[in-house]
Amino acid sequence: MTNHWVDWKNSDVFLVIGANPAENHPCGWKWAHVARDTRNAKIIHVDPRFTRTSAVADVWSPIRAGTDTAFFGGLINHVLSNGLYHDEYVRLHTNASFVVSDDYEFNDGLFSGYDEELREYDPASWDYAREAGGGGSDPTGVGGETVPPLKVAGTARRDDTLQDPNCVFQLMKAHYARYTPEVVAQITGMTEEKFLEIADLIGSTGTADRVGNVVYAVGITHHTMGTQMIRGAAVLQLLLGNVGRPGGGVNAERGHANIQGNTDNAQAWANLPGYLAIPPLGAETLDDYIDAVALEAVDPKAVNYFGANYRSFMVSLLKAWFGDTATPGNDFGYAWIPKPDKDWSWMTIHDEALQGRLHGLFNSGMTTVNIGPDSNRMYDSLAALRWFVVMDPLQTASSEFWRAPGVDPSEVQTEVFFFPTTHWIEKSGSFTNSGRWVQWKHAALPPHDEIVNDNWILAQLFLRIRDLYEQEGGAFPEPILNLSWNYTDPEDPDLDEIAKEINGSNLADGTQLATFADLADDGSTAAGNWIYTGSYTEEGNLMDRRGTADPTGMGYFHDWTWSWPLNRRVLYNRASADADGNAWDPERPGITWNGSLWVGDVPDFAPDSPPSDAMGAFIMTGEGVGRLFAPGVLLKDGPLPEHYEPTESPIENLVSGTRRDPATYLYEGAEATFASDDTEFPYVATTYRVTEHEHFVTQYVPYLVEAMPDMFVELPVELANDKGIANGDEVTVRSKRGEVTALAIVTKRMRPLKVGNGKVVYQLGIPVHWHAIAGAEKGKPQKMANLLSPYIGDATVRTPEFKGFLVNLEKV
Amino acid sequence: MTINRRDFFKLSAASGAAVGLGAFGFDLQVAHAQAQGLKIERATEVRSVCPYCAVGCSMIAYVTGHGETESFNTSPTLVHIEGDPDSPINGGSLCPKGASAMQLAVNSERATHPMYRAPGSDEWQRIGWDDALDRLARLMKDARDERFVETDADGNTVNRNDGFAWTGGATITNEEGYLTTKLFRAFGCGGLEQQARV
Repeated sequence: MTNHWVDWKNSDVFLVIGANPAENHPCGWKWAHVARDTRNAKIIHVDPRFTRTSAVADVWSPIRAGTDTAFFGGLINHVLSNGLYHDEYVRLHTNASFVVSDDYEFNDGLFSGYDEELREYDPASWDYAREAGGGGSDPTGVGGETVPPLKVAGTARRDDTLQDPNCVFQLMKAHYARYTPEVVAQITGMTEEKFLEIADLIGSTGTADRVGNVVYAVGITHHTMGTQMIRGAAVLQLLLGNVGRPGGGVNAERGHANIQGNTDNAQAWANLPGYLAIPPLGAETLDDYIDAVALEAVDPKAVNYFGANYRSFMVSLLKAWFGDTATPGNDFGYAWIPKPDKDWSWMTIHDEALQGRLHGLFNSGMTTVNIGPDSNRMYDSLAALRWFVVMDPLQTASSEFWRAPGVDPSEVQTEVFFFPTTHWIEKSGSFTNSGRWVQWKHAALPPHDEIVNDNWILAQLFLRIRDLYEQEGGAFPEPILNLSWNYTDPEDPDLDEIAKEINGSNLADGTQLATFADLADDGSTAAGNWIYTGSYTEEGNLMDRRGTADPTGMGYFHDWTWSWPLNRRVLYNRASADADGNAWDPERPGITWNGSLWVGDVPDFAPDSPPSDAMGAFIMTGEGVGRLFAPGVLLKDGPLPEHYEPTESPIENLVSGTRRDPATYLYEGAEATFASDDTEFPYVATTYRVTEHEHFVTQYVPYLVEAMPDMFVELPVELANDKGIANGDEVTVRSKRGEVTALAIVTKRMRPLKVGNGKVVYQLGIPVHWHAIAGAEKGKPQKMANLLSPYIGDATVRTPEFKGFLVNLEKV
Repeated sequence: MTINRRDFFKLSAASGAAVGLGAFGFDLQVAHAQAQGLKIERATEVRSVCPYCAVGCSMIAYVTGHGETESFNTSPTLVHIEGDPDSPINGGSLCPKGASAMQLAVNSERATHPMYRAPGSDEWQRIGWDDALDRLARLMKDARDERFVETDADGNTVNRNDGFAWTGGATITNEEGYLTTKLFRAFGCGGLEQQARV
C-alpha cells in the first residue's frame, strides 16, 4: 500500500474493486467503518459477485470479470471530461504537462513500435520529447528482454498550459474519449446509471478538502491486463490528487503474512532486495549496470533519489552478500550475480520443468498444483523434474503429486523430499504487512520431533554444497565460495544477526546504520536491503516496539513496530501539500512546511528542502512527479492503460480492433488450450476466497473445515433454472483444460449481465480452497479450481489469468 | 483438627463462601477462587503476529511450562491464542482464521520427520536429516554444474544456473526470505519466485 490500514479512517470515499475486504481482510477493513462512523465516508464496491463487502457498501455494481480496464478508462474519461480532476495537484505533482515524443502513436488498440512476429513492443517512441540535445529514441545498446528503462539524453519538454496536443494531459483526453459511459456499460455489464453514480462519487474526491481511497486485491491482478488495471487506479488517483495524502492512495490488500516482506526481499526473478534490478544482459560491469538500470533525471526539479543513489544501494548489497571478497578491484563481485536471459517467473519456472530443462524445484510453504494455473499442466511439470523438494509444516497436494488420483507412481521418476519445517509460532522474526509495517514476533513454542527451521535447512545445504565445490571444483564456484556466512552459528543463522545484516552497517566501525542516506558506493557500508535500513539500529530492534501513542490523531502510530522506509507511514507525502507547503486539507495533514522543516509524518522528501526550491514531490522518479503516462519499458503493453478482452471472452473488444492484449507471452502448447470463442464454454468464471480459509492449509484446521466444509460453485438463479439445477445439486464445471465437480449454490448474488448489444452473460464464482492432503480429502476426486484456469499471464509481470476465463457446467 | 469425609462435604455445602478459618482451619474462599482461576493465569504471554493474511493482526500466545513458569515435569504447552488489544491495527480482534490459530499451531497432522520418495515408488520412506541433505546437496550441485551458463550465445557474461529454482516465501519471515534470496542468487538462479506472482 502507499498508505496503511489504520490510515483508512481518514478517507471520504472508498472504491473497493477486485477485493472483498469484509470477507478476506476483516480486521483491517474495520478502519473503513471507522471512516464511515466518524466522517460519513461512502463505500463503493465493484465486483462480479455481491459479497459481504457489497452488503455493507453504499453503492455496489456488478462487473464482468476481466473488464476493469474499461471501468477505469471510463472513470478517467469522466474525470477529465467533467473537470473533476484536482487541477492544482495535477499541474504540480504529475507529468500531465510533459510533452510526449512525436513518434508516439496509438491506433486501433496498438501503440507505436509493435512487432507482430515477436508479439512485443519496442518502446522507444513511448518517451518524452526532449529539449536540446535529445529528441527521439536512442537506446543504450544494452539488449535482451530484461532491458530496463530507456536512458535518453536531454530534459523532457513541458507545456505548463496543458494545451500542446502531445502533452500527456491532451493525449489522455484523446485516448480515453472512447470510454464513454455507454461503451463502459456495454463492456462491463454495468448499467450506465450505476456507472455514472459511481463515477460522480469518486470524482467528488478531486478537491482539496476531500480524499478518495482505492482498495484492491487480486481481483484486478489475476488478468492478462492486471498491471494496466492497477495503473488505471494509479492514474485515476493522481488525477484526483489522492496520492500521498492521508486517507488516499492506491492500497493493495495483500494476501499472506509476509508476502510484502519477501517481495521486498526479492523472491522475484527480476529483482534484488530493495527493488534493485537483476542485472540485464549486456551489462558486463557495475558501471554498465548502473548506466542501464538507474533512472536519470529528465527534469531539473527531479530529485531522482533512486537513480542518484543506486550505486550506493547496489554496492552495499554486494558487500552484505560477499563481504571482504567484494572489492573495488572486482566490481564488488558484481559478476557473481546471475543475469536472466528471459522472464523467469512462476509460469516460466514450471514450463522449464515441463520442457525437461529444469532439473529441480523447491516449494516452500507454497503448492504448485493447487495454485496452477492449469493444474493438469502443473502436475505434468512436476512429473518431468528430476527432483522436487517440499519444505512445509504440513503435506500438500504438491508433495503428494506422484500419487494423485489418476497418476501411476511407477511412471513418475521424480525424487521427492519432504522436509518438515517450523510454523510461525515456533520461531521469531518479522512479518511485513500490506501497510509496510514490519512487525517482529516471538517464538512461543519449540519445535517437536524432527521439525526444523527453514534457515537451518538452507544453512545445511549451503555448507554441504560449498564443501563439495571446495573438494571437487565445478561450474563457476566463486559466488558460493565467496558468499559471506559469518554467523555466530553458521549451521543455524540467528534471526537477529540476519535482521542486522538486512539493516546494514558501517564496515569501518561495525555500527548499525540508522538511514539509507548513510550508504556509500565505495565499499565502506553493507546493507542487505536498503529500504529496511533503520529497522535494527544501534538503538536496537525497532520492529519489536509496541508504543501505542498517536499524538497527531492521524493514525500514524510511529512508535508501534517500524515501517519502511525510515518509519514513514504514508508514501509520497510531499504531495499532500501545495506549492507553498500547506496541506491541501489542514484537518488531515501529511507533511507541512513550518518555515524551516517539513513536519508531520516522516517526510518522503528532504526534510529541509524549502517549497520555494520547488523540488518534485515524487523523489524516486526521474520526472520528479507522478506518472500518468509511463514511458519506456516500465510496462510491456503500453504507456497508458487500455482495455483488451480476456484471453477467453464472450464478446469482441468494443474500444478497438485489437481483441486481446497483443503483448502477452504464449508458452509452448498453451494457445491450443484456450477457447477461441464462447460457443462451447459460454459462462465467465471468476475464482475467489472465503474468510474461513487461507488457500489450502486451513483444510487442516477442524474449526474452519466445520465452518466451511466443502467446495461449491455459485451460479445465477436464471442459469440454474435454464439447466434444471437446484441449490445443493452436484455440478461439473468444465473449461477447455479440465473439470471439477462441486455443490451448486444458486443465488441472486450472481447477477446476469448484459454486454455488447444486449447479449446476456452468466458468471460463475468458484472458491479455490479445496484439495489439500488431509483427513477426508485423501483419495477423493480433485476439487481444484485451477484445473480450469488458462496457462497465460499478464503482459508485463506474467501473473496468471485466474479470473475471467470461460467455462460450461452441467448437473451431475 | 481431624475431619472425616462426610463432615467435610456437609460443611462445604452448608457454608459456601461464608466459611472462614473456623471450620476447616484454612480459608476456603481463597481456595475456591483459585480453583476458578483462568487457565492462562500462570501462562507466559508471548507476542506474535498472525500467520494468515497481510493485515498483520497482533496476537498473544499463552504458554505454560515455559519461561517464568518452567518446571521440571512440564513441557511448553500452548493453552490459548487471542488478539492483542494493544495493536493499533486489530485492537484485539481476530477473524475466524486467526481466532482458530491454535488448531494450526498444535495439530496432529503436522509433518514430523523428513521423508523421501524414490523414483517410481508409490510410498514415502523415513530418512534421516543427514542422509536427505547429503543427497539433496549432491543433486543440487549436479544440476548446477550440468546446467550452468557462463556466457550466452551472444557473448554476454551471464553466470546463471538454469538447473534448479525456488518457489515460496510469503509464509516465512523476512529473515528467512532474505537468506533464501542471498543463497539462491549465489547459486546463480534466475528462477526465484514466491506467492506475490500469483
